[in-house]
Amino acid sequence: MSITVVLFWFLTALALLSAIMVLLSKNPVHSVLWLIVVFFAISGHYILLNAQFLAIVNLIVYAGAIMVLFLFVIMLMNLNAETEPQKNTWLKLAGAISGGSLLLILVSVIRSATDMTGRTAQVGEGNIGLISNLGKALFSEYVVPFEISSVLFLSAMVGAVVIGKKD
Amino acid sequence: MGSVSLIILTIAAIVFSAGGILVSKIFVKGSKNPRKGQPYECGIPTETSPWKQFHVGYYLFALLFLIFDVEIIFLYPWAVVVKKVGMMALVEISIFLFILFMGFLYAHKEGALKWM
Repeated sequence: MSITVVLFWFLTALALLSAIMVLLSKNPVHSVLWLIVVFFAISGHYILLNAQFLAIVNLIVYAGAIMVLFLFVIMLMNLNAETEPQKNTWLKLAGAISGGSLLLILVSVIRSATDMTGRTAQVGEGNIGLISNLGKALFSEYVVPFEISSVLFLSAMVGAVVIGKKD
Repeated sequence: MGSVSLIILTIAAIVFSAGGILVSKIFVKGSKNPRKGQPYECGIPTETSPWKQFHVGYYLFALLFLIFDVEIIFLYPWAVVVKKVGMMALVEISIFLFILFMGFLYAHKEGALKWM
């Protein structure tokens, strides 16, 4: 077993375990911290797939900025243990059934995709995720979407200011 | 092999930092007295739960930070290829930054960056 395979399985186990811990944590802040561990594991996978830039972006944007937003949402919601309404048993049962159905559908879809069996990801190959190739594509081929994305940012900013300043 | 050594370094860093915490957990004689968590000699005792509702202003700041964070992400590939693409890249990034700067001016004019 090569070191890449060992790393792949280690990161996979880490991602799955932390994802389960996100759901099992009683404290929502702990859930957010476990979610950061999930993002770190997925960034490790990106590095194994030779997409270093994507890995760093994943860390900076998701583990850094978006998790801060998650924390603020949790703080804004004022989750006290006393004031938190208890979900009744029927609601929990309904959630378990619907989640289980979704899992069943996903498993059956993956099992029916026969051309995917026996294949593994090409680890450490390909250069599509390297920053120079990405930059070349972004600034020559995809200039218009790039400029439109700035308009998207502008609208997000204006929306945030309009909603946030109302109080 | 470069990425593999990077991941090994990451794991070694995690083990190194977590190891110190674990070793101190094992060997240090801790006290479970609830008085240990109280402010000592100075400061007033806390009264209610620290879980208070936060002001929405924090969220606004975090959202603005996120937008500029993503903007900086776009500058990394630009900085790598700017020499190859040439003058065109400079024009493209200028338009991009100009549009975002308009948003910054709007937020500034609305007083969104003033605290409370």
